[in-house]
Amino acid sequence: MAFSIKVNGNQRSVDVESDTPLLWVLRDTLGLTGTKFGCGIAQCGACTVFVKGKPVRSCSLPVSAVGDGDVTTIEGLEGRVSTAVQRAWVARDVPQCGYCQSGQIMSAVALLNEVKKPSDRDIDLAMNGNICRCATYVRIRAAIKDAARTLMD
Amino acid sequence: MTITDNTLSRRTMLKGAAGLVIGLHLPLASANAQSGTAPNILAPNAFVRIGTDNIVTVVVKHIEFGQGPLTGLSTLVAEELDADWSQMRAEHAPSNTKLYKNLAFGAQGTGGSTAIANSYMQMRKAGAVARAVLVQAAANAWKVPAAQITIERGVLRHRGSGRSGRFGQFAAAAARLPVPADAPLKDPSAFRLIGREGAVKKLDVPGKTNGTAKFTMDILEADLLTVVVAHPPRFGAKLASFDATATRAVTGVVDVKPIGSGVAVYAKGTWPAIKGREKLKIVWDESTAEKRGTAQLIAEYRALARKSGAVAGSHGNVEAALANADKVIEAEFVFPYLAHAPMEPLDGYLRWNAEGAVARYGCQIQALDHVAIARVLGLKPRNVQLETMLAGGSFGRRGQFTSHFAIELAQAAKAIGPNRPVKLVWTREDDIRGGSYRPLFVHRLRGAVRDGRIAAWDNTIVGQSFVKGTPFEGQAINGGMDRTMVEGARKLPYEIADFRCDMHMVDVGVPVLAWRSVGHTHTGYAVECFVDELLQAAGQDPVAGRLAMMAKHPRAAGVLRAVAKLASWTGPGPKGGRARGVAVVESFGSFVAQIAEVSAGGQDGPRVHKVWCAVDCGVAVNPDVIRAQMEGGIGFGLGHVLFAEVEIDDGQVVPANFDTYRSLRINEMPEVEVAILSSNTSPTGVGEPGVPPIGPAVANAMARLGLGWPRRLPIVREPV
Repeated sequence: MAFSIKVNGNQRSVDVESDTPLLWVLRDTLGLTGTKFGCGIAQCGACTVFVKGKPVRSCSLPVSAVGDGDVTTIEGLEGRVSTAVQRAWVARDVPQCGYCQSGQIMSAVALLNEVKKPSDRDIDLAMNGNICRCATYVRIRAAIKDAARTLMD
Repeated sequence: MTITDNTLSRRTMLKGAAGLVIGLHLPLASANAQSGTAPNILAPNAFVRIGTDNIVTVVVKHIEFGQGPLTGLSTLVAEELDADWSQMRAEHAPSNTKLYKNLAFGAQGTGGSTAIANSYMQMRKAGAVARAVLVQAAANAWKVPAAQITIERGVLRHRGSGRSGRFGQFAAAAARLPVPADAPLKDPSAFRLIGREGAVKKLDVPGKTNGTAKFTMDILEADLLTVVVAHPPRFGAKLASFDATATRAVTGVVDVKPIGSGVAVYAKGTWPAIKGREKLKIVWDESTAEKRGTAQLIAEYRALARKSGAVAGSHGNVEAALANADKVIEAEFVFPYLAHAPMEPLDGYLRWNAEGAVARYGCQIQALDHVAIARVLGLKPRNVQLETMLAGGSFGRRGQFTSHFAIELAQAAKAIGPNRPVKLVWTREDDIRGGSYRPLFVHRLRGAVRDGRIAAWDNTIVGQSFVKGTPFEGQAINGGMDRTMVEGARKLPYEIADFRCDMHMVDVGVPVLAWRSVGHTHTGYAVECFVDELLQAAGQDPVAGRLAMMAKHPRAAGVLRAVAKLASWTGPGPKGGRARGVAVVESFGSFVAQIAEVSAGGQDGPRVHKVWCAVDCGVAVNPDVIRAQMEGGIGFGLGHVLFAEVEIDDGQVVPANFDTYRSLRINEMPEVEVAILSSNTSPTGVGEPGVPPIGPAVANAMARLGLGWPRRLPIVREPV
């Protein structure tokens, strides 16, 4: 079936089965491989993207349910908050294997879009759907706080 | 174009240009986006290339899956080359065991926290030699003595004439010079990168924050087929028959083939492959399958643990000392099967034809996989090109002694025929249910306390060997004793007059494998919990009591003292509902001590608030990478000790994904403070040594909270 979805500001037409998760449309059909496959059941957060600006697990969202919702992937991040988060990630050398980090960054950007100065509890609530098997959590937390500080300046 | 032409042409070109070592296969830039691409490359050895654009590319023989070898080995080269960090790039070495062998193994591969340890002198020499030819080329050009030329941050300088230049200017001329066999190394006092806080940033980080880092999973080609394989529900079962009618009806499914490990579904894209697999009707022959479950195995192991096994270490007379003790304490610890569950499940790319093959994936032991792929495809190894990709974690999972994944990849590619590139993908369910676990272990311990001291120690270990029947068997097993099963238990850092450690190797049909920190995953816990229990019975402080027995182990004592100081240790508590537990473990030549501050928590188990960690890994090459590995090792170790078990019921694996194989999450991660001891000793690894102490440190704190020492891991278990 043909679907037309808006990804990173571009209207894209894709010919896939209607039950195809958005994750595989992004990765296999559109070649946007920054969004990762980790579990397929919305447990690990590696596939986190924004639909209408809100974080969703793209592995569990059929393409047919995306409708006219704008999709943003790691490749399409832009703006002050995203830049602050990605810079903080680099400054802290957060990633180890790096495979989960696109999803971590998407969740962190979503948090800082909503909460200017997140508490530890805010960070726990926003980020506990994102597993990092390397357990880079100490630095993820620190980088989110760094990014929040730069955004306050 | 055939597959092999590319290698040959590049090799010939570069050999002519730079007098390369004969037999060198050059890495393909395609899989290594970070490499320099400028012409007139200077390649004085197999590890360093310098382009006219001043970019220095280090060819790294160890796979990067998070522990930092791309950065670490590049640091060693840059130090001796006096390069500026901004000009450094790194790429994975091709598969060539002659050139790129791990000096600790004698074959190309990564593991055992050996990357920095075995590369320390080799990579420094590689950098020093490159420096020497650059200096000579500059000396020739400037007509000045080489000895008068200095290099600082990538700039060559001759003070007398005021001339200066960068590497790129001299790369072509240097490539025509004879390469010295050796060149002088810096005195460590002159280091400006090694051991310097903030001197380097990890090379692979930018690509891992913007989605551009390429993993195997990200390989896409127009004609690529994605493959998933249906594996049997019990280990050791074989394919009897299958019906793929419904699978073939799935849009996007291209073909279905039986292969050695199961039934392979080939599709245009991952989703149709997964969907197609779900529709397979398969009959398995389970006559040779392992049908025991965890509960039965534990009962068998516990019975065996009461019998003497192959002696791994012994001195004095344990039975006599136990008979004369003031107090005898017994304990039994049960360690479950564990999955590694790297974030990127196993995956691999392969294309082949009669002339050769190219495989690309996160290969951890190139020396074994390379030969295995060639054998399956009926090709000569020299016609198989194996490119190592960034991998989304491993924790031991990719270091397969049986090459089972490489074999499955090659079988899947072979079954569909030549010139049909495939990407084999394991789903998370394949990963959790796919075996290669940290083996199930039972430890039985008996200890004697006499006159306020630990007088005797007896430890019997029962488990499966993951080296038996593999190419490493000869190295690891001797007289029924597999040292990977007893490392950390057969010799203790504590002086105890009467000591024995023995073991039983059990054959079970569940595939097992090394798992981050190997034997120390269980011996660290059993030993450090039991020593704490005996010290408590002897009325001694956990830190002072250990130190009193550590006179012959100054480095282990050193990290213990350092962590006690870092945490301002005044005893285990509890104070205000929080207790502190300590543990110290030497693994892979590095020493790590940790103190965990713990409260009882609730249904979700104990709450670990803070962990202090001291590490002595010799020369601290990249201090921030060491710190990161301690933080990550603590989180990895803690998550498994608290939550993880691969339960097997009636031969079938119970958990399947992260909903049932629970991983540590950010809200469960403690605060971590790390002290790195200053040392001039040769560097040792940090990828694994952060893991073993956290479990016993938490358990020892729990005991002080009155919760007892958890005897059966994980600590948090679903009610039966």
